[in-house]
Amino acid sequence: MSGPAVLPDSASERTTRYPRHWRRPPLISNGRLRWAIYAGVLLYLVVGIGAVEVNWGRLSEGWERGLRFLGGFIEPDFVSRWDDIRAGLIESLTMTLTATVVGVLISIPVGIGAARNIAPSTIYLACRALIALSRSLQEIIVAILFVAMVGFGPLAGFLTLTFATIGFLAKLLAEDIEDIDAAQVEAVRATGAGWWQVLDYGIRSQVTPRLIGLSLYRLDINFRESAVIGIVGAGGVGATLNTALDRYEYDSAAAILILIIAIVLVTEYVSGWVRTRVQ
Amino acid sequence: MAIRQTPDGPIWRKRTTPQSIALWFGWLLLVLLFVLAWEAMTRNQIWAFVWDAPEQAADLFGRMVPPRWSYMDKLWGPLWDTINIATLGTLLAIVLAVPVAFLAARNTTPSPLLVRPIAIFIIVASRSVNALIWALLLVAILGPGLLAGIIAIALRSIGFIGKLLYEAIEEIDLRQVEAVRATGAGPAQVLDYGIVPQIMPAFAGITLFRWDINIRESTVLGLVGAGGIGLQLKASVDSLAWPQVTLIFVVILGTVILSEWVSARVRAALI
Repeated sequence: MSGPAVLPDSASERTTRYPRHWRRPPLISNGRLRWAIYAGVLLYLVVGIGAVEVNWGRLSEGWERGLRFLGGFIEPDFVSRWDDIRAGLIESLTMTLTATVVGVLISIPVGIGAARNIAPSTIYLACRALIALSRSLQEIIVAILFVAMVGFGPLAGFLTLTFATIGFLAKLLAEDIEDIDAAQVEAVRATGAGWWQVLDYGIRSQVTPRLIGLSLYRLDINFRESAVIGIVGAGGVGATLNTALDRYEYDSAAAILILIIAIVLVTEYVSGWVRTRVQ
Repeated sequence: MAIRQTPDGPIWRKRTTPQSIALWFGWLLLVLLFVLAWEAMTRNQIWAFVWDAPEQAADLFGRMVPPRWSYMDKLWGPLWDTINIATLGTLLAIVLAVPVAFLAARNTTPSPLLVRPIAIFIIVASRSVNALIWALLLVAILGPGLLAGIIAIALRSIGFIGKLLYEAIEEIDLRQVEAVRATGAGPAQVLDYGIVPQIMPAFAGITLFRWDINIRESTVLGLVGAGGIGLQLKASVDSLAWPQVTLIFVVILGTVILSEWVSARVRAALI
């Protein structure tokens, strides 16, 4: 309201002054919501971290123990518990192999049954339910149940890993079958092929490379898991590791860990190599 | 592909003869390995335990239902601990994994010969050890409790977040980086305006995914003493209180489904 003389001046100023600063737009444009979220996160951090009880005395003791453990990595002791370690590793490796083979053999029919484009709806639902059950139960929980049923030892581990393999492999196989090129199936069917022949020539040839890749990947995963489920008594090198730590034999524990990491690396490398060859 | 000549004319075959022989031996080797492994695995097996497994299973199931709902009062605290382990562990992992990812990515590492192998080694070592084994070690070192669980989750997650994040960094659009650099931006500004905005969606997705996995893993960490609902699970299994075990399974399943729903909602809102 300062008079007409000012207006043209400020208008010309407005046209010539380009912005010299730019601020990037915030992630959440609604300011109030943004600050509410920040405050909520801060509140959670205060409450959450406050709930963590830290026993400083125990921690300073642990510091010395941690150093001893690191020392174990520098001088791992493969020798004094070698018989236990060897037995554990053999259990883990045999469990891994047998569970992967049996798991793959069971997953193939389950996966075919869970593919919407080739299975009738009752079979589809049954197979999907089995897959959902297997995927939602953790390996370690399944292992607890199998140990209660068949007793301690690698057989419980084998059953656990087989069950877990079915959920993983059948789901991915079913999705792969649902994604196949339908034209090829139709071409095979047009030659007068029966159901089995369509499955063999139209579908199997399309999904085999991926099935091999997934099986090898699962072999990898099964070995990693086999090192864990021993903690609840299902056999394997996890039990050996648990015992070594219970006895405070950090050098033996370090040796076991080094072996696990080495085997994981080797299987990962080999299965990666085979997968690139096959696919 | 091979064609075999016969008196009746050529026959199409998928593989040449040496190829099919090699394949046959490959399968034979697998079968042999399987038989050997099965033999080694079941050598000490007491089969009497296995034959009555169906009875045992029926018996176990009979004892597991109905769940002991009144036990729920004692589960709210451990459940809250479990969620804290997963969430704080994921946050700690982010703090540690982001620098490792930038050091490991080929286009942002300060030295591809010296620093990058170290960062890659950290990622590989973290990934090849399960969270439960990390927890086992940390409980032995730090003593039982939430802290061991949080650090175990964080140590396992560094490899996961680091690997996926450094792959995302390597896939960014370099022209945007160049454009920011052309305005005269320093290295920190290039990182802030040229690289970070490009990887933010991937980062949010990876973190949420890992949080989801961590909720699952943290439910069982208590089995080795690292806090959370797994402690109650171990106590119940050890004292053969199967109705309580069933309730804990139900709670774990509910938590996992809920966390999946939450992460799906947040993902839809952010990305």
